[in-house]
This record gives sequence, C-alpha cells and structure tokens, in this order.
Amino acid sequence: MTESGILFASVLNGLTTGAVYALIALGLTLIYGVLHIINFAHGAALMMALYGVYFLREKAGIDPYASLPVMVPAMFAAGYLLYRFVIGKASHGKDENILLVTLGVSIVLENLALLLWKSDTRSIETAYTFSTVAIGSAMIAVPKVVAFGGALVATAVLLAIIGLTDLGRAIRACAGERQGAKLVGIDVEHVFAMSFGIGLACLGAAACFLLPAYYVNPQVGNGFVLIAFTVVVLGGMGSFVGALAGGFLIGVVESVGGLWLGESLGQIGIFLIFIAVLLFRPRGLFGARA
Amino acid sequence: MKRTSRRRFLANTAALAGSAALPLGLRAQAASLKIGVLHPVTGFLAYSGNLCRLGAQLAIDEINAAGGIKSLGGAKLQAVLGDAQSKPEVGSAEVERMNEQGCAAIVGAYASAICLATTQAAAKYNIPHLVDVGVADQIVQRGLKNTFRFGPGYKVTAETAINQLHILNTLARKPARTVMIIHEESLFGTGTANLLSSQLPGLGYEVKEVIKHANPTRDFNNIVLRIKAANPDIVIPANYYNEYALLARTMKQQNVVPKAIYSVLGGAASSYKFVKEYADVANGVIDVNHWFNPKDKRAWALKKKVDAMKDQFFTYEVFLNYQSVHLLADAIERARSPKREDIIAALASSTWNGHFMPYAATRFVDGQNQSALPLMMQVLKGDIRVVLPNTYAETEPVFPWRA
Amino acid sequence: MRQLWLIGAFAGAVALMPAFVTSGAALNLAIMTLYAALLGQAWNILGGFGGQFSFGHAVFFGTGAYAMAVLQSGFGLNAWLALPLALALGAAVGLLVGALSFRYGLKGSYFALVTLAFAEVFRILANTFQFTGAGVGIQIPLRDSAADMQFAGKPGFLYAALTLVTASLLVAWWLKRSRYGAWLQAVRDNEESAAALGVDVFRVKLGAIAISGALMSAGGAFYLQYFRYIDPHIAYGPAISVEALLAAIVGGMGTVFGPLLGAAALQLLGEATRGLLEQTPGANLIAYGVLLVVVVMFLPRGIMGLFEAKR
Repeated sequence: MTESGILFASVLNGLTTGAVYALIALGLTLIYGVLHIINFAHGAALMMALYGVYFLREKAGIDPYASLPVMVPAMFAAGYLLYRFVIGKASHGKDENILLVTLGVSIVLENLALLLWKSDTRSIETAYTFSTVAIGSAMIAVPKVVAFGGALVATAVLLAIIGLTDLGRAIRACAGERQGAKLVGIDVEHVFAMSFGIGLACLGAAACFLLPAYYVNPQVGNGFVLIAFTVVVLGGMGSFVGALAGGFLIGVVESVGGLWLGESLGQIGIFLIFIAVLLFRPRGLFGARA
Repeated sequence: MKRTSRRRFLANTAALAGSAALPLGLRAQAASLKIGVLHPVTGFLAYSGNLCRLGAQLAIDEINAAGGIKSLGGAKLQAVLGDAQSKPEVGSAEVERMNEQGCAAIVGAYASAICLATTQAAAKYNIPHLVDVGVADQIVQRGLKNTFRFGPGYKVTAETAINQLHILNTLARKPARTVMIIHEESLFGTGTANLLSSQLPGLGYEVKEVIKHANPTRDFNNIVLRIKAANPDIVIPANYYNEYALLARTMKQQNVVPKAIYSVLGGAASSYKFVKEYADVANGVIDVNHWFNPKDKRAWALKKKVDAMKDQFFTYEVFLNYQSVHLLADAIERARSPKREDIIAALASSTWNGHFMPYAATRFVDGQNQSALPLMMQVLKGDIRVVLPNTYAETEPVFPWRA
Repeated sequence: MRQLWLIGAFAGAVALMPAFVTSGAALNLAIMTLYAALLGQAWNILGGFGGQFSFGHAVFFGTGAYAMAVLQSGFGLNAWLALPLALALGAAVGLLVGALSFRYGLKGSYFALVTLAFAEVFRILANTFQFTGAGVGIQIPLRDSAADMQFAGKPGFLYAALTLVTASLLVAWWLKRSRYGAWLQAVRDNEESAAALGVDVFRVKLGAIAISGALMSAGGAFYLQYFRYIDPHIAYGPAISVEALLAAIVGGMGTVFGPLLGAAALQLLGEATRGLLEQTPGANLIAYGVLLVVVVMFLPRGIMGLFEAKR
C-alpha cells in the first residue's frame, strides 16, 4: 500500500469512527446545552443501550438497525424518568450535586449490569459483520459506513426537532433563560426531562450503530466518555452541527495521529486539541458566544 | 459454599483490639481452615476475576468433599471471599480483613498491579499468599518470603515463545523473516513486547513495527492498516481478551492474513469462549500461554465439569486458581499445622506433583515455581490443541497458515 | 479559635489511636480515611474555597507519586529528600495548569474539563516515556524503614498521614481567616465584584491552584510510599480525581472539616456495603451508588450543612 493510500484509508476510518463519537456526543451536547450539567452517567447509559440492542438481537432476532424504532423511544423514556424522578429530585438544582448524582447513577448502572448479565463481553454477528465497502483504494467496514449515514440523519432530525417544533422552542427558551421561561409558564422541569430523554435517545441510536462493530460488557461505556466530552467541547456545547463536525474531526485526528505517533501516544492529539480549543476558542467551532 | 458472616466493623474492632494476627493454633480444635480467595470480581477486570474465583471454589469444594485436610483431622477449607474491585488499594484492604478473620493463607489476586499490593500487605502478617496468575516478574523479585507463584511469569513465557517460534519456523524451513508486535500498553503487554523485540533480532527476525495500544481500544482499523502496509510474515499480539478479539475480527474483515498470528499470553487466543464465538476468526491462531497437560485425564474431567456450567469456560484463570488451591492444600497437609509460618515453610520446600499442568514437581526459588512453563497451542478445526513441545503435543502445528 | 482547638483535638485523638487499636484492618481504614481526606482537602482549596471545580486533580496526584518514584528508583534519592521536590513539582504543575487556564479566562465547566484533559495528557505521557516506566510503571524497593519513609508498622503511616491531613486542615483554617483567604472566597462568590474591589484575581487563583497542587501531590507521594507501586492508570486516572471531589462535596465544600467528614462517611459507606452479598459481585456497589444519591438528596450542602444554619 502506498503512503497516500494508507493516509486516505486512515482518514476514512477516522470519519466513520468519528461518526459514532458524534452520535454519542449529540446527546451529551444537548444535555449540557440545556441543563448545563456534565452528565457523568452518559457512558453507563450507552452501555445499557448496547445491552438493549444485544438482547433484542439474541433473544428476538431483531437486527440492530431494525431495532432503532424500539431503542430510541425506550431510551427516551428511560432518560425522561431518570431525570424526573432521580436526577432532578436529588440535585436541588446545584451543579455539584448533579455531578454526584450522575456519578452515583453511573455506579449503580454499571454494577446492576454486572449483577444481571455478568462481566462477559458479548458481541453479535450478522451477515454484514465482516463485509466491507470499497471506497477508492480503501476497504471500509459496512457497519461503519452505515454509522456515518446514521450520524448525518440523527443530526438532521435533532436540528428539525429543536428548530421546528414547539418543544424545540421551549427547549431553547429553557436553555437560554431558565427564569424567564418559568415566568412565561413553561414547565421547566418537564422540558429538562424531555431534553434529558432526547439526549439518551441519541444513545439508543448510537448503540444500534455501534454494536455490530464493537462489543458490550458492563464497563464498555467508560471508554467513550472522555472522547465524547472532547467532541462536545470542540464542536461547541449545545450545537448539534458542532457535535457532528467535532466527531468527524476528532475521529480523523485520532486516526491520523495514531498513524503518525503510534496508537498509544496518538491519543494525545485528541486531548491537546481539547485543551487548545478550551483555551483559545472555548465556544468551540459552532457554539454560541458565552 | 459457606457464606462468611458480614463483617460488623465497629464491633469487631473493639473485640479484636490487641490481636494483630490471630494465631490459629490457639483456637480450640478448629474444624475449618479459612482461606482468603481474593480477586477483582467487579470493575474492569471482573470477567477474569470471576473465573478465578470459580477455579478456587471448585478446588475447595473438591478438597472438602474428599475429606478435607487429613493431617489436621479432616479440617475443611473455608473460603473467605474478597473483591479487589480492580484496584490495588482495595485489594490491600481486603487482605487486612482476611487477616483479621484469621485466614491461614490467601490465593489471588489475578492482576499484577493488585498482586504487588496484596502480597506486600500479606507479608506484614506473614500470611502465605499464592499468586494465581499475575505474570509480572517483579512480584517474585522483592524478597518476600510469603509470596509463591505456581505458574510462569512473563519472562519465562516470552523466552519460551521466542524459542518455540524459532523451532517452528526452522522446522518449516524458515518461511518467516519479519514480525510485527501489537501489545496493550500496561505492564504485561509492555513487558512482554520489550522482551520479544530485544531478543528476536538475535535469532534473525526483523521486527518491523511494535504497536502499543490503549485499554480499551475502540477501533483497530488503523492498526490493521499498518499491518497491511508493513506486511509482516508473523503478527504477534500480546493483549487482553476484548482487544485481541477486536483485532482478530478487524484483520479478517480487512482480509489481512499473515503467515501466522503468533500470540504470547494472548488474551483470547487460547480461550474456549473466543473459539466458540468467533470460530472463523480464531482458526489457525497460535498462542504460547498457560495451559494444562492434555495427556492428563484429570484436566479433561475438570473441563467437562466447567463446560456443564452455564456460561462458564475452562480458561487459564480457572485452572491456575484450581491448581494453586490444591498446591496450598498439599502444603497444609505436609505442614500438619494451620499456622502461617508452617504453611510457608511447607510451600517453600514443596515438591508437589499432583497437578495436571505440564510442569515437573514444584520447586520454589524466591517464591517462583521453577518448573512452571507455558505451552504452545493452535486453534485447529474449532478446537484448541497443544502443538509444542512434543512431549505434550496433541497434533502437528500448521505453519505457515493459509486461510 | 474554636476551630483550632478542634483541629488539635482531632490530631490528638488520632495520634492516640495506635495505643488502643491494634487491629490492622482498623488502622488501615483510618489511614485510608486520612489519605482520602487529604485528597479531598486539596481539591477543596481550589474547588470549595476558590470556586474552581476541577475534574482532573489526578494530574497533581500523579505528578507527586511519579516524582517520588523516579527520584527514588531512578536517582537513588532518599524519600525524605524527594518529598519536598515532589511537593514543589506538584505546585509547579498547578501553576502551569492555572496560568494557562486562568489567563484564558476558563471558568466553571470549561475549567473542569480542561483539568480533565491535562490529566489525560499526563497519563499518556507517563505511559510513553521510559523514565516513568511507560506501561510497566515503577515499583520502589521494599525497605520497611522510617529512614526511607516506609514505616515498618501501620502506626508510622498513620502518623505520616495524620501530619499531612493536619497540615491541610491548618491551610483550610488559614484560608477561612486570612486576608488571602478572604480574597479567594470573594473571587469564588463573584469574580467581577472582587476585581472591582481591587483583588488581583489572576494571582489569587494561581495561589490557590499551587497550594492545591502541592497538597494533592503530597497525597500521591503518600500513596507511593504506602503501596510502593505506581502506573499511569493509577496515577493519572479518573478514579483519583473522582475520589477527591467526592470527599469534598459530600463533606461540604468551602469548609475546614468538610473533606474530613466526607472522607470518613464515604469510607464507612464503603466498609458497610463491602461485605454485602459477596456471592453476588456488584450488589454492594449498587448499594453504595444508591446511598450516594440518597445522601446527596438529603444533604444538599454536604455533611457540614447539618452544622451550619446558613452560609
């Protein structure tokens, strides 16, 4: 393989891996943008969603992509209830408490998964698990290409919800001006719960796209949390387009950085970008000015 | 399996103040002997930790069913279960608890980093500590009299692997000249890779690249891309189960088929779980790893027992712990005493041959069993078969491998 | 003044512990509680008093631990000589992180996330370089002598931890009553107003992060001397960062005794749930997580909130 051939394939790999990061970050950026909370439970929620997709496939034979209509609403409901009855209630609105509550929730979820489903790593095999698509000289795995498309669609859907619906308007109101929203009669707690629900629904979608190329065990969420935060910050907290672009960018940086510096050291590129963005352009690529 | 009583900490503190180490000899005719079974059964090492615990418990149950420790009047072994939560400091705290509960010995703690902490903590109370897996050589190089490791460390394993690779290659008329090492970034992977990359050139192999990756690694496409580009004859992975499986899957997907995938302490290579779940991908993979003597019927009997259990696999975690407990029981029998120092002395002078490992009788020097060694296995026709050394081989190796 | 008496009484009580308690497990629990309190207090200086929440305090912890490890095993330096260097390095890293972050006006979540990123960068670097042992980590030789800061018995470590915690309590006490502390709290409460009143916000924050970094690296140094092994994951991983902020927040941020109470409560919670249902891995940690959420629900200002009417 030629140098440029490797680079080309690497960039494509980065874009497709980044698509999954984007899917995870979409939910996180909404939750941060609206509720201003850093959701420590995001990784654990992703893990639960992955188990959902796994069991739908193993027990009911439903293909991961076909389970989207089940997973997305299910995760939405879970998120809504989690916020309404646990996070919203326990934190009394204080930032540091929300942090601890989401941390507590993540401990509970991880160990609940351990208790129920043991620590075995599980993966699924489908007809297309080992298939690849030829793009130029590169061979890209089918699940990854599908994930790429999925990220684009998810971003469009979210933009539509926020931009065009009444709920979206209410979410924007609560995100921008909490007190004002209350004053005009918006049920802020309900809107927050809806936002949290949508955030987790994105994880439901992410899980459907991720499982065919990956695996699930109780600790699997931890590997994605840091990178999801990086994507959110890079893209701009609260921006969906930012999460998408940020995801692609981080994916490519990780990929090319790995090629250049070695997989282990290459990870440093991600965090150096993270720091640089925070220092020099904290609103990220597409975020609103603070 | 007896449940230990929940430790009521405050009450116990008052009661136990004044007794740092509970000399068991002072107890009136103990009908049971407490053995600490300490593993990371939660946290990121949970999968392996639980298998370790299974192996230990199987051995304890067997020993008890056969009449316990006969030289102590049939005293039964009582497992005191501990969870290191995948953290060294929690492992240490569990050792403290096990000491307070009067454990005569401890078996554990799977991961090298945790073992370093637990063996030290146990040394303070002179509790014999059998290291079940923990392959880092530092564990048995600190001059701790209480530490004993039944299986081989990574130096012995890596050197065996290098020699056997050379034998394999030479027997096949040297089709392989170049290798590429893919290892996980922590202690076991780095240590193994260092040894391999420093010694292979001396035998005439060119190490094209050494790639270090994180735990967990989310995607192996780039690494596989580099394997494709470098086109080594042999790919040598040294990593844990999840990453090994993902690497192997990605190599298959990208159609990268080297002359051999030759793992050293491969995370999934000699795992029945891997072979069952990824039959296509696993075929042909070679691994130099902990293994049982395939000519010993007892090993197969135990495997059958474990296979009958739901979702359990007969892995090295299981049989190494199983053996370690039997080794311990043998030492206690010979010691004829439940006292810690006597058990340590018995272990140090142990020449136990009642195991089904491919080792000679145990012989401990500085806590390391000198007769311990790994075997080379290959996945053939959906099963794991020993291929080298000849004494234990079940079948001929297939090298080089063509899909 | 009353607080000084309390600190003294606390130190005295703990110092007397070994005379009455010889249980290794109890002493270990006390040592780990003090260690957690030290981490929490270090975080509290910057987060509670200074209002700058950090998610990456491990960056200072790891620096202290590695400094001690490298100086001892790489350069053969005695542990006692290495300690001040480790603390200085911790403070220096604090100044580095602080100078960059505060110069560019990072606050709130942005600051929290940047500390997280720094911790990760340091982790990756520690994993790469040979002098930090790369992935293998560093093990310091077992010495068991006070001359090498490896005390033969638990009481030695108890006193070492106690000294560090008492020092940290005194620092917190000083912050509550000194002019510098007043500036720091003013910056926390309202940065713009503080600046308007003539407080040099940048230097005040820098001071806090340096102190915080030094205390946290003391925690790292202690960890190394007690467990004698460090690797990048232990040193710079998120577990340490979380432990520090947990103790401080649960105990009560911005108070002198908060981190100590928080550390004690969390350790006891861990002990109480540890033995639960040991046949079922994970059950005890579920209980821990649930209780954590419950505690936060009922004590929104932490444990100290019970003792304070209004802040």
